[in-house]
Amino acid sequence: MQKYTYASGTARVDHQLIAEMVAPGSRVLDVGCGDGSLLQLLAETKNTDGRGVELSRERVNACVMRGLSVIQGDADRDLADYPDQAFDYAILSLTIQATRQPKTVLENLLRIGRRAIVSFPNFGHWRIRTELLFTGRMPRTRNLPDPWYTTADAHLCTIKDFADLAEHVDAEVEEAVAFNTSGQRLPIRHSIALQNLLGEKAVFLLRKRHVE
Amino acid sequence: MAVHPTLEDAKGERNLRLAEANNPSSKVLRLPASEPLKLACDQLLGPISIAYETYGELNAEKSNAILVCHALTGDQYVASTHPVTHKPGWWSTLVGPGKPIDTNRFFVVCANILGGCMGSTGPASIDQRTGKPYGLNFPVITIGDMVNAQVRLIDHFGIDQLFCVIGGSMGGMQVLEWAASHSERVFSAVPIATAAWHSSQNIAFHEVGRQAVMADPDWCGGDYHAFGKVPRNGLAVARMAAHITYLSEDALHRKFGRNLQDRSKLTFSFNADFQVESYLRHQGSTFVDRFDANSYLYITRAMDYFDLAAERGDVLANAFRGTKTRFCIVSFTSDWLYPTRESREVVHALNAVAANVSFVEIESDKGHDAFLLEEPEFFATIRGFLSAAGVKRGLKV
Repeated sequence: MQKYTYASGTARVDHQLIAEMVAPGSRVLDVGCGDGSLLQLLAETKNTDGRGVELSRERVNACVMRGLSVIQGDADRDLADYPDQAFDYAILSLTIQATRQPKTVLENLLRIGRRAIVSFPNFGHWRIRTELLFTGRMPRTRNLPDPWYTTADAHLCTIKDFADLAEHVDAEVEEAVAFNTSGQRLPIRHSIALQNLLGEKAVFLLRKRHVE
Repeated sequence: MAVHPTLEDAKGERNLRLAEANNPSSKVLRLPASEPLKLACDQLLGPISIAYETYGELNAEKSNAILVCHALTGDQYVASTHPVTHKPGWWSTLVGPGKPIDTNRFFVVCANILGGCMGSTGPASIDQRTGKPYGLNFPVITIGDMVNAQVRLIDHFGIDQLFCVIGGSMGGMQVLEWAASHSERVFSAVPIATAAWHSSQNIAFHEVGRQAVMADPDWCGGDYHAFGKVPRNGLAVARMAAHITYLSEDALHRKFGRNLQDRSKLTFSFNADFQVESYLRHQGSTFVDRFDANSYLYITRAMDYFDLAAERGDVLANAFRGTKTRFCIVSFTSDWLYPTRESREVVHALNAVAANVSFVEIESDKGHDAFLLEEPEFFATIRGFLSAAGVKRGLKV
């Protein structure tokens, strides 16, 4: 079983950021949990009670073999089953851009979790802007390597776009962190416009403003 | 109990089978008439016998017990040689020292179900009031009744909470029933290739099987024991039809195609020209040697009656509300008898109560029978789930 050593830098940078946001001992749902590495990191460093949802059958099976509680499912279809406030955190890491209904998915996350944590690739990054500007073609970067006709990313957005969506679904942004291509966290004093330009990925910690 | 044959004087498999139904080679818990079982049909059944096998050692805390629930035609010989067929246990690839259900770590219990014919009380057992086999005087039982009988056995061991209840097909129904009706006694549950209710199509197949048995004149209205007969043809046909449902079209095609059986051309007769016919006939006749026809009727009926939601306001989630049990649900891609969507219904219900659930669909072309076969991905899933659950339960590695 692969072990994550928190300090050695083997964990994905967005995973490390998410792990910092999660309170110890909390209940966590990781939607689009992939090979379960975030769930395992959270279990090992934050002693969380974690569950996962993953679309790919192979990855689900790999997770369960590793002893993680993961079901084969779809963020667009299966989140509706979960009751309100069932988790302390509902996490969607680098997955929202691949959902069919990002707004509904985000609303579900904010309903299921007391807080939602969403990370996503920032389409406002300067490299993407310049590539589109100078080549006139859909940008392909290390972060978004697939051509437009095979990528699963149906709903790419920028940091500003996501902040707008959060506002639209009545979510309060408790924390928003962007980091650059070297995985360094951008200074918090940067304006959102600058974060949107320099950030390759972003992580948002959100909560519903008015819980009925 | 002296009127039925004992193992010593048993001659032929029929007698051996009858002997096993009343005096099994395995261990037996005999509960006196003063401790009857209250059945779903409101009758009291007693005295009752529960025939069982155990493997491994129960630890001092009694926290390492795994109950294996068997399917329609299974029995307690999960990992030991079958006394009638002399074949290895039906899950001996999964259960044993160093196997995914590791008997070096776990205390494994498997009991013949109530209504079975391998030593637990069933229609082939002697009714002490008459000195004859129950036959159709046996009450119609349910999956819940089977589980209640198992509860008596677990009580007998003084086990408060089972570490795991695991089983496939009808065994999976028992797992779900345990988790729904005795959730505090189930630390983890692994229902495999099963469903929370028996589908209309599955009831239909069972009805074909039962009608085949009852149409056989040797069934004698269920009283064949008294006439020294066995409804061989009827039960064999029932088994043949059922066996098809356990396989997949791909598996049948790969195994047999249109190959002829020991001949180079068609015989223009109703002999078993095709290999697949010969195979099914063999499956039918060997089954008759080891299984009681009335048991087959009663057990299929219990499966038909199974519906976890119907007893709970038609809301399946009600069956699991507040559960602390850890679930691992497994289905197989080519299983059309208990298709993945039926497992998914259970997953949805468990999600609706925010239960701890894993769900894995295993790629296999072997149909429903895949749960009895050595599928590496399936075995790795069981091993991984049990070891993680063991850590949570505080079991020694």
